[in-house]
Amino acid sequence: MSIIAARKESTTTAGQPSAGTPAGASAATAQPASADKPTTRGQVDITNVRKSFGATEVLKGVTLSVPPGGVAVIVGPSGSGKSTLLRTINHLEKVDGGYITIDGELVGYEVRGNKLHELREKDILKQRTNIGMVFQNFNLFPHLTALENVAEAPIVAQGRSKAEARKRGLELLDRVGLKDRADAYPRQLSGGQQQRVAIARALALDPKILLFDEPTSALDPELVNEVLDVIRELATSGTTLIVVTHEMGFARDVADTVVFMDDGLIVESGTPHEIFSNPREERTRSFFSKVIEPAFNI
Amino acid sequence: MSAIAPPATADTAPPTPDYSEYKLVPARHPWRWVGTVLVAAGVAAIAWSLVTNPRWEWGVVAQWFTAQSVVNGLVETLKLTAISGVLGFVLGFVLALMRLSASPLLVSVSWTFSWIFRSTPLLVQLLLWYNLGYLYEKISLGIPFTDVRFFEAQTTTLISQFAAAVLGLTLNQAAYSAEIIRGGILSVDQGQLEAASALGIPAWQRNTRIVLPQAMRAILPNAFNEIIGLVKGTSIVYVLAYSELFYTVQVIYNRTQQVLPLLLVATLWYVVITSVLSVFQYYIERHFSKGAVRNLPLTPLQKARKFFATHVAASPTKDAR
Repeated sequence: MSIIAARKESTTTAGQPSAGTPAGASAATAQPASADKPTTRGQVDITNVRKSFGATEVLKGVTLSVPPGGVAVIVGPSGSGKSTLLRTINHLEKVDGGYITIDGELVGYEVRGNKLHELREKDILKQRTNIGMVFQNFNLFPHLTALENVAEAPIVAQGRSKAEARKRGLELLDRVGLKDRADAYPRQLSGGQQQRVAIARALALDPKILLFDEPTSALDPELVNEVLDVIRELATSGTTLIVVTHEMGFARDVADTVVFMDDGLIVESGTPHEIFSNPREERTRSFFSKVIEPAFNI
Repeated sequence: MSAIAPPATADTAPPTPDYSEYKLVPARHPWRWVGTVLVAAGVAAIAWSLVTNPRWEWGVVAQWFTAQSVVNGLVETLKLTAISGVLGFVLGFVLALMRLSASPLLVSVSWTFSWIFRSTPLLVQLLLWYNLGYLYEKISLGIPFTDVRFFEAQTTTLISQFAAAVLGLTLNQAAYSAEIIRGGILSVDQGQLEAASALGIPAWQRNTRIVLPQAMRAILPNAFNEIIGLVKGTSIVYVLAYSELFYTVQVIYNRTQQVLPLLLVATLWYVVITSVLSVFQYYIERHFSKGAVRNLPLTPLQKARKFFATHVAASPTKDAR
């Protein structure tokens, strides 16, 4: 089963990241190249993707489109394949069938004759610099300071100068509100601060797309908001965001498209209003009746 | 009885006395003092016997400690340790990467290497390398299964005592260090590699800049164990009549019959080397613990400086501690 999602919203969402917000302004200065054609960056098309781990099929043919600058939030029960789908987008997980393109370019493969050949490691790594990823348990490098964490990939993967990477790193740490903790090691930071450093690290490569894999699930409840606020700010910056989360309130506020997954399939997708208030499928309705308290009025 | 009905007793319970002016007295530990005194007495007795028993012949020890032949032997020992230590760990690193690779052939070759060299006595390995000339008269380098030879030599001229010693110690060391390095790499969270690949960091830099610096914390204590073992392990090459420290003192005491004092000379040098290595170990481990602990503990030097700054410079009156 497959559902083309978000296509119909693309015209509205593409125009949405308009100028005026501080986030949009800083993103524009950081990425002068993107200013020329801001709306052609970061179109993600997932077509009929399948993936099995051993005998278990975790993705059973998933099709999803996210327009440039769009914010797609994927929700669903544990084990529904949300995280696996996210990890196929930057080829951390190889697909068993189907394909993924970003701005029309195949991820992880190239066409030779009538076959899709897997790219060499070097080319895959190059593609990944367009796709930032933020993990549930941060995965910051514990032996490097916050600033070194942010500057590492620009220096090593993109060959930028140390001074340039540090300068840009400080800007990004400032953007997530942690400029004064630049020299702290991850273990000296709170969970929320660590996740904000991880977001700055993902932004350091100027990605077209940012993937968030349950970015607040490992955080104490009072630290969740400081991370969500940063993501909320990014949602208006013109970068395409794909977020797997259990934070329904956040999904309702920030998403252009909410995608509900269950058992390796997209059950339905639509605007937050459609999915939360007016779900077409019974499976969606029963899921939300369990995760959203009755008092939570949509 | 008051526990049965807490609300009722709340009214009738006597008011808690005010202890805020009382002085806190730490608990006494009399048995700790008894133990300390006993151990101190034992240490003193040993020290006393070392000083007063003339059979230790400290004069002879002092005479030979810095003798030219002993120092030459010491240099050879250090040379063997350094060369086989470095080569052993480099080869061990390669073996560890092979063992962790996805290729079944590389995995089994690495496994077999460690299996063979860990299951045979070092003594046998050394003698085997030294007698390689008996098994293979000539050693040549060329294209297999053809007559093309780039290089050919008599095995006996190629494998000197030194070469046999280095070869034996290196290969043996590599087998052990491969396991130590592999253990260190395995101790690093898989998420680190994943995050590094998601950031587009190439494989070699992933290993050298992300994984290895973190693995070093697990590798170093065991690695220094191995190096310290190797310092003393070099004494086994006396079987090749190679004049390192231990062989040198043997030659001397066979001539002078002052067996124990000369063994003491060698022992004291081994203690000196190990002590220096331990200092290195402390500071290298400290370097690699950056970020692993919230705040680094003070070094002994810093502690001493702080102690003198607070206890000596300030007034000598006792404070609470």
